[in-house]
Amino acid sequence: MFEYMGKELFAKFGLPVPSGRMITNPEEAAAVAAEIGKPVVIKSQVLSGKRGKAGGIKFADTPEQAVAAAKEIFGMIIQGLPVERLLIEEKLKIDKELYMSITVDGAAKMPVLIASAHGGMDIEEVDEEFIIKQHIDPELGMHPFIARDVVRRMGIPLSGPHGKEIVKIIQTLYRIFKQKDAELVEINPLVFSDDKVIAADSKVTIDDDALFRQKDLPYVEERSATEKAAKDLGLSFVDLDGNIAVMANGAGITMGTLDTLQYYGGAAANFLDCGGGTGREATAEALKLLIAKNPKSMIINIFGGITRCDQVALAFKDIKESVGFPCPVVIRLVGTNQDLGREILAEVGVEAFDFMQDAAKKAVELAAQG
Amino acid sequence: MAIIIDENTNVLVMGMTGRQGTFHTKQMLDYGTKIVAGTSPGKGGAVVEGIPAYNSVREACANHKIDASVVFVPAAGTKDAALESIEAGVGVVVVVTEGVPVHDEIEMVAYAKRRGAIVLGPNTFGIVSSGKCKMGIPPNKYFVEGPVGVVARSGTLTYEIVGNLTANGLGQTTVVGMGGDRVVGTTFIDVLQMFEKDPLTKAVVLIGEIGGNAEETASEYIKTMSKPVVGYIAGKSAPPGKRMGHAGAIIERGKGTFQGKVEALTAAGAKVATLPFEVPGLIKEMLGM
Repeated sequence: MFEYMGKELFAKFGLPVPSGRMITNPEEAAAVAAEIGKPVVIKSQVLSGKRGKAGGIKFADTPEQAVAAAKEIFGMIIQGLPVERLLIEEKLKIDKELYMSITVDGAAKMPVLIASAHGGMDIEEVDEEFIIKQHIDPELGMHPFIARDVVRRMGIPLSGPHGKEIVKIIQTLYRIFKQKDAELVEINPLVFSDDKVIAADSKVTIDDDALFRQKDLPYVEERSATEKAAKDLGLSFVDLDGNIAVMANGAGITMGTLDTLQYYGGAAANFLDCGGGTGREATAEALKLLIAKNPKSMIINIFGGITRCDQVALAFKDIKESVGFPCPVVIRLVGTNQDLGREILAEVGVEAFDFMQDAAKKAVELAAQG
Repeated sequence: MAIIIDENTNVLVMGMTGRQGTFHTKQMLDYGTKIVAGTSPGKGGAVVEGIPAYNSVREACANHKIDASVVFVPAAGTKDAALESIEAGVGVVVVVTEGVPVHDEIEMVAYAKRRGAIVLGPNTFGIVSSGKCKMGIPPNKYFVEGPVGVVARSGTLTYEIVGNLTANGLGQTTVVGMGGDRVVGTTFIDVLQMFEKDPLTKAVVLIGEIGGNAEETASEYIKTMSKPVVGYIAGKSAPPGKRMGHAGAIIERGKGTFQGKVEALTAAGAKVATLPFEVPGLIKEMLGM
């Protein structure tokens, strides 16, 4: 989710954010700046930190300056990402910068609130002693007393306006985290501006697995076209730099296949996990994704559990007989319905390997020859 | 002996009438699992492979003694199913389903902890006490009785390694899948402690992967174990910042790396295999076979 989307979400829940608007054309900056009627900040909207250092954040005192700055930032490439949207906001008077986030701590199996009175920089760069971590018991939830204790530990007086405001912000942030199935909600920096406390930035990541019940949220595609096509098939795909296309079933064995290829001197073109009981059609579609990678060789490594060898063999046969394979293919096929799968492969003149390391070695050799 | 489940475990299959539920009910029965009942809301009265289906876990529990349940319910209904089992007093809940929202996982795991139930998964292949009982989806023929305990985050990689163990004459006491997600019910340490106490387990294989710090934390306990441990970590060649299939398998901000995990395990006295097929050799070496 882009910063401006996160801030719109924050605003809906009543979290204080600067006034501003997103634009997709630099000329619009004048109108927005005039509407705000104060000095503004122009922020590139890309899914990357370090925007400031890359020159993707600029300030302007007048609408004319705002347009000039917007033109400079628009179209910039920041960490490989083109700037296509800008957020124009009032420039805040910043008295102090803090850090605040809630995320999932997998080891503790519960959410954790991370706060620091030292914000504005990457939280990884803040000394441990200035970082407050408060796990949130999911059965207890977030309550004012927990928020008050965090504020106390941050060294902010509870009697003042800032302390009271942060207690509210912490509770709201947890509400957003829970209701929107977030993996991360982050405000960095959370700023003191006179008596006010304002979320000057936002970073919100929603759990992909929960999108089925979060359909009203804006979604920003972060994956490549192939990765997206695989996801639509219910598969998990990652583009890599090598020349051996890989299909295996299960994340662990797919990683293991990549590692084994590397061990024998090869390099994988991709990670493709077709596990989870993927059927004949989806497997065939997945094979087409691999062909599109234009590899030197291909390895299919199946240890069938919930995935059935016959379905994979049929998918292979379908593709071999329709579009055909442009490179040599090595198949390792064992597990559920193994004999049936091997009979089908025999029909198209292919013999399967028994062992993963032998298949991987062969795939590396073939890639080197091709 | 074995850990968590054995030949006397009465098993309930949740989502038994679905495609996966039906297929794996047969596979589990073929393995020898004592399945006594299933659930499928709205389809109570149906019979799958001779096993009666009920509308709810409570109804199944009223008619049978249930020790453990295995969940084959789609992701959107998984939390409900797991909570239903735990609420009814089932002590072991194996959640096979993949793609369960992380907030649901947090809730399930917290409730299981309060009720003292063991949850394996979500996103696990299940658990096999070799020759006695299988709950979940692994192919039957590779799991034979023997002296090695196996605990893993990933399914097929486990079949790969168990297949190698069996081919080398090393059977297993119990093979435990913790699940590939970021929040799962059971950790390496929980299972290692059980293996350490189990008299039949002579050595343990720990199958990990990049991401998180479960292997590093486990290493602290391995230091204190009397039994030898062999590790294998998947993801050596994975680039940072990319999620390798499992929600938890990602190197974030330099944490969860292959190198860090191998170093932690090695420092704890475990041997780490470079490739999956080297595991049996290392086990034999450590057992002096």
